[in-house]
Amino acid sequence: MTAAAQPAFKDRAKAALADPTLKLAIDRTTGNAERKRAAALAAFPEFESARARGKAIKDHVVAHLDHYLEMFERNAIASGAQVHWAADDAEARAIVTRICLAADAKLVTRSKSMLGEEIGLPHALADAGIERVETDLAEHIIQLAGEPPSHIIWPAMHRTREQVAELFKAGHHPPPAAEDPATMVQSARIQLRAKFLNADVGISGANFLVADTGATCTVTNEGNAELTTTPPRIHIVTAGIEKIVPSTAHAFALLRLLVRSATGGEMTQYTTFHCGPKRPGDADGPEEMHIVLVDNGRTRMLANEFREMLRCIRCGACMNHCVVYRQIGGHAYGGTYPGPMGSVLTPVLDGLAASRDLPNACTMNGRCAEVCPVGIPLPTLLRGWRRRSWREGLEPSSLRAGIGIWAQFARRPRLYRLASRIGVRVMRLFGKGGWISRMPLAGGWTDYRDLPRPPGRTFMEQYRDQQKGRRQ
Amino acid sequence: MTGEPRPRVGLFVTCLVDAIRPQIGFAAIELLQEAGCEVEVPQAQTCCGQPALNSGDDADTVHLARQTIAAFEGYDYVVLPSGSCAATMVHGYPELLAGDPDWAARAHAMAAKTHEITSFLADVMAFAPQGRRCDASATYHDSCSGLRELGIAAQPRALLSHVEGLEMRGLAGNDVCCGFGGTFCVKYSDISNAIANEKAEAVEATGADILLAGDLGCLMNMAGKLNRRGAKTRCFHTIEVLSGRTSGPAIGEEGAP
Ligand code: SF4
Repeated sequence: MTAAAQPAFKDRAKAALADPTLKLAIDRTTGNAERKRAAALAAFPEFESARARGKAIKDHVVAHLDHYLEMFERNAIASGAQVHWAADDAEARAIVTRICLAADAKLVTRSKSMLGEEIGLPHALADAGIERVETDLAEHIIQLAGEPPSHIIWPAMHRTREQVAELFKAGHHPPPAAEDPATMVQSARIQLRAKFLNADVGISGANFLVADTGATCTVTNEGNAELTTTPPRIHIVTAGIEKIVPSTAHAFALLRLLVRSATGGEMTQYTTFHCGPKRPGDADGPEEMHIVLVDNGRTRMLANEFREMLRCIRCGACMNHCVVYRQIGGHAYGGTYPGPMGSVLTPVLDGLAASRDLPNACTMNGRCAEVCPVGIPLPTLLRGWRRRSWREGLEPSSLRAGIGIWAQFARRPRLYRLASRIGVRVMRLFGKGGWISRMPLAGGWTDYRDLPRPPGRTFMEQYRDQQKGRRQ
Repeated sequence: MTGEPRPRVGLFVTCLVDAIRPQIGFAAIELLQEAGCEVEVPQAQTCCGQPALNSGDDADTVHLARQTIAAFEGYDYVVLPSGSCAATMVHGYPELLAGDPDWAARAHAMAAKTHEITSFLADVMAFAPQGRRCDASATYHDSCSGLRELGIAAQPRALLSHVEGLEMRGLAGNDVCCGFGGTFCVKYSDISNAIANEKAEAVEATGADILLAGDLGCLMNMAGKLNRRGAKTRCFHTIEVLSGRTSGPAIGEEGAP
């Protein structure tokens, strides 16, 4: 329901704005990300051509999605993997839990995957009575805190070092001996080591699905994906169908853009291709590899005006450079994906009625599109949602009425000029000196800033007098 | 410019300039005339339609787009003292009217001759203000639509470099939105406020006497915030400085005409 959804976002945003620790944490991480990306780009003069190539690769794949998906499926099966298709989140959850239950899994390790969050995997595993251990350091932190990720690259970026120390002290047995990062990381390692080795199933996402080899590709900076996917008997990959690329070379072309845009690095520490389960003679590796290809709204996007969003490579640059994200953080968005890309995707996933605030809560400043490595016109797509929201009558009636009345005047120049003349005179009554600091109906403005008090006469009045004077 | 016909410019004053700060309109006329143009202010103009466009209200935007095109298409150029209204005409109108056989070409023709004023003066007219003086330090905020949709960054700075005595200072985050965003600032006023506060802090940190920008919406937002915070920074539209109006009242100072 619209009525219920709107205050929810505003309330979440308000709460976030009132939290100075959150602001500190966001500023540290996004500020760093912004600086590092800028430095990485300065050292990468071919960025624009790489971006054009990345965009072209994604557009090509999106235009021939069925072709490449079939190719991927054929090659993945040939490598010994089992391929499953999930039309929506419920189906994806059901497939993954079924595989886990069939394997009699008690313990599942998971390597960070936004798609896993999108399809609600953590809850599904809990409901099935399966212990889930997040192996990415940041995911480990938010698992201890009982929270969802607040950023697609740094899921725990909303937490300060000091808060993480508290969480580790309470959640680690034994608690870390000191609060310096090295000791804390070591403590997390100790907690996770036994889990890595004893897990029955490892679940990972994929940054790319390589059509001509049937391999899945994951990039991490911690190596936890390798430890998640190798020791357990079963490896499950969940991936959105738009993650497909024609070949390994294409994956690398996109990787160059992804890493620079996300962390400002040139390469991730670990870039791993998984191609089927363990083969006879292999020392290690899973006995079974399952790949779950998830649609969940993506083919719908193929056919509508949000198609360009399928280019997204989930680098997070748009959120790092977004003034709104940097004030309210990821949780306030209320969906799996935050920031500008989330504001386009969440209405696809959750429906526009439940999320109409997101495309609206944007100043349209365009910085997100400026930094997006695959040239997604995010403001244009957000405007697309606003258009739909208007068409479907989801916008609040006060706004519709306000715009409607204003437009009636704006459509009639004479009337408009008269209304402006009266308007500025009325406005003047509410101020003294050069400013208005309170005015009825202007609370949204004057609660926070003063309004310049208009001079008594509009430009048009003064101009016409001048013209008359000139003619006389 | 003897002999050559002077380009006929239709000035779109923008609704905020009309109501809140008319002198920006007069500064524009003066500079355009100085640059050798013949300037008219068509009386059929109201608003470019941006509030409706950004609210998703296509029907009203289309109406206002047609009305504006009809009022201005007879001029050689359409000039606006606002990057965001100019961007609405340059990009918004052709996109909006693309499927309309009668209007698509007219929207394109109009877009091709529509310019934000500093880019028009610098790029089209190769104009440099003469004999202007302002003994003060100033910093410049790059308003988002002008910057990203029209590439306005070098032009205002180049023009300002001709004002004698004006010391320009860098602004940290000069290309970061000030939180205005049209209706955003009232619909999501809490968030807008937090953004505006950061902008104000950055402006205050420059220690500059004057804050300049090319869009009155952003200027009103920043000026209103700075005043509420008790800052003494004076705020002017770039073209007010270029036309030598800084001895008069800044935004929010009493006595503006
Ligand atoms: S929309 Fe662009 S910038 Fe944002 S996450 Fe996706 S690829 Fe990165």
